[in-house]
Amino acid sequence: MSFKIRTIRDIPREELIAGGHNLCAGCTAGTIVRHLLKVAGRNTIVVTATGCVEVSTTPYPYTSWHVPWIHVAFENAAAVAAGIESGIKALARKGLVDSKERINVIALAGDGGTFDIGFQALSGMLERGHRVLYVVYDNEAYMNTGIQRSSATPPGAWTTTTPVGSRLRGEHRPKKSLIDIAIAHRIPYAASANPAYPVDMARKFEKGLSVEGPALVHVLMPCTTGWKFEPRYGIRIARLAVETGMWINWEYENGALRVTVKVPRRKPVEAYLRMQGRFSHLTKEEIEEIQRMVDLEVERVNKLVGETAIGPVVRDY
Amino acid sequence: MIGVAPKETSRGGLLKALSANEAVAEAVKDLDVDVIAAYPITPQTTVVEKLAEYVANGLLDAEFVPVESEHSALSVVLGASAVGARSFTATSSQGLIYMHEMLHIASGLRLPIVMSVAMRALSAPISIWNDHSDVMNVRDSGWIIYFVSSAQEAYDTTLMAYRLAEDPSVLLPVMVAYDGFIASHTIEPVSVEGRDAALDFAPKRVTWETLDPKNPVTMGAITSPDYYYEIKYQQVDAMKKALERARDVEREFGNRFGRGYGLVEGYMVEDAEAALLVTASYWDNVRIAVDLARKKGLKAGALKLRLYRPFPREELLDSIKNLKVLGVIDRAISYGATPSGPLAVEIIAAIRERSNVAVQSIVAGIGQRTVYIEDYLKLFERLKEIGDRGERPDTTLFYGVRA
Amino acid sequence: MSEELQRLPKWFEVPIGGVVKEPGNTVRLEKSGWRTERPVRDQDACIRCRLCWIYCPDAAVLELDKPYTTTRGVSYSVTYEFNYELCKGCGICAMECSVGAIKMVPEEL
Repeated sequence: MSFKIRTIRDIPREELIAGGHNLCAGCTAGTIVRHLLKVAGRNTIVVTATGCVEVSTTPYPYTSWHVPWIHVAFENAAAVAAGIESGIKALARKGLVDSKERINVIALAGDGGTFDIGFQALSGMLERGHRVLYVVYDNEAYMNTGIQRSSATPPGAWTTTTPVGSRLRGEHRPKKSLIDIAIAHRIPYAASANPAYPVDMARKFEKGLSVEGPALVHVLMPCTTGWKFEPRYGIRIARLAVETGMWINWEYENGALRVTVKVPRRKPVEAYLRMQGRFSHLTKEEIEEIQRMVDLEVERVNKLVGETAIGPVVRDY
Repeated sequence: MIGVAPKETSRGGLLKALSANEAVAEAVKDLDVDVIAAYPITPQTTVVEKLAEYVANGLLDAEFVPVESEHSALSVVLGASAVGARSFTATSSQGLIYMHEMLHIASGLRLPIVMSVAMRALSAPISIWNDHSDVMNVRDSGWIIYFVSSAQEAYDTTLMAYRLAEDPSVLLPVMVAYDGFIASHTIEPVSVEGRDAALDFAPKRVTWETLDPKNPVTMGAITSPDYYYEIKYQQVDAMKKALERARDVEREFGNRFGRGYGLVEGYMVEDAEAALLVTASYWDNVRIAVDLARKKGLKAGALKLRLYRPFPREELLDSIKNLKVLGVIDRAISYGATPSGPLAVEIIAAIRERSNVAVQSIVAGIGQRTVYIEDYLKLFERLKEIGDRGERPDTTLFYGVRA
Repeated sequence: MSEELQRLPKWFEVPIGGVVKEPGNTVRLEKSGWRTERPVRDQDACIRCRLCWIYCPDAAVLELDKPYTTTRGVSYSVTYEFNYELCKGCGICAMECSVGAIKMVPEEL
């Protein structure tokens, strides 16, 4: 299958999500959603779960969306999208809608509405094989309600429900691996992406929309408010996540797993952690512990993809 | 107006032996529904099983979505309706309460969904048996609610439900509720009108706003105090229009198929000295009890409330105008309320300024505790006593509990 | 009810179910008040790499088919400008600019 997006010049110019929304200054979700819609085009219906994007882009009577859009509830973006896809399928079969024009159905949710409360609906939709692209913008906590931990919150992170005190020092539970969960549902396409790698991200949206079945794209979304950094660093931090191995851009397509953004020489995790206020309490030992966890995950992924896609840490960068 | 008892009919339909569950499935098939979301729960399960068979055999062309929970069932149906598909799901009890959040959203988004409910008691303790606690608990969710008493009425009301829901002046979801086990599993003769007649009565026309790339709209925006009230008031108005349209739909159905129900049905209330108001399948036995009581010299009467939301206040007032005392049988408990029968409370409030009828709240049949014909006779006697003594009852009679 | 509230649409003037029928009308909600600094571009230094346009979360970087020739005689067919009504002054464009052609400058009071 030939894809349209090869270089940065191929990303379409038309803005299908208008500015003037209420996302924080420097919110990388804005970047991600702009590109998602550029790739999907006008023939798209979007379902968004309750969360930052939903609330900020549709303050009644205003809306940022240039495509048909619906918000229903927090936990069921996947189920509503499945219903939309089923409705279109049935109507097309009965000749009540034009079946030649393919309408993209996208479910968009945050990590809260995906990893936790939205998990059941997501699993059901993936398992039933609906032709829906599910995009999760992962800012690693319930940000819209003021920075509470989710099962996507990484170890060590401060949140209001995993605060740093004398007894407990931030989140201690590991982050769920969504890609592995998606693969376990035997879907045709699953990938992780990052807004600092826009062409890789756009291609993954494109592939996700082209498969005959469910697709899941898990995107890291650095959050200036919740991760506590100056708004201008959003993309730089996203890039550092990949450069330190704390975020891996990989892809599962027709049973084959590969890393799409290789990192031959990794930066130490401090480079990423030290830029964020939510990690500012970490001691040298705690950072070493996080480094060890990242090393293990890198080893696991390298084994799964059958090559050293992510290389060793090089300290004098 | 008070309706008449159903006559036998059929202009081209078939007479089949069906339970209420099966009758609903036949109606959904005849209405050419596009998307069905299915999750099993006793005693509704046969509805979705029958529908699965129809789809598997090509008798119904629909997307049959076996969802992973009732909350997702209504979510899927809502999504399908939002793109203009005629959609359906069915549930009971715990399932209905699990999707409670979604009930409000479906009515708030003004989508013409139809759902059948085989009424069943709510946990805890867990019970699979019939009472009305499930539907009573969702009465303010903004849905139009019908209580139906027989398999025929279930078939007929499902046809009327789509006609009413999809009416452009209404655009509210409709619940067709019947008694779990008592109706859902009892086989009765049903006149099935067939696809042509059903679609002629409730034609498939997308009369509501949909998600269409050719005309992009945003549904479900976050709404501040400056606008929320107005949008909710639209629902108040829609319910008013739904009451008027429900009367029209009853009339049209009666003319077309020869079966008229009315929003409130009466039996021998014109000269009754004691009358009981019931809903759903108690209607059959209570009328037998009326006949028996009259043979013994007690002028009994009975009323059936068919449309619950919107509440048919005029029909009710008209039907009780000759009564001195009315017993209202509730099969649900409004814990801590005075009285504790939710329907009784609503009736008292509805008639207070315009009628002096004494109302006795009676709670019975909880968890399918059987109410025998002898029990109705005892109740008629108690009500007559109340009338003769000029009592104004203000407590709840919990009938049938071992106390 | 305040006078301002009184002037808003009545219940029957609002679309059924609170549907918004004007796609993209958030562009009317000016965000310039959010800024403490604004991006300023040196058009001669800008090499039209597209990155500022790619990364802006608010679609406040406009990609225009406006030809431009730098003082050194380099010609471009495209020019990037800022929509200062929608720009929140986050500074991502300046940070990610591949040649440092964008500077964040304090907003005038």
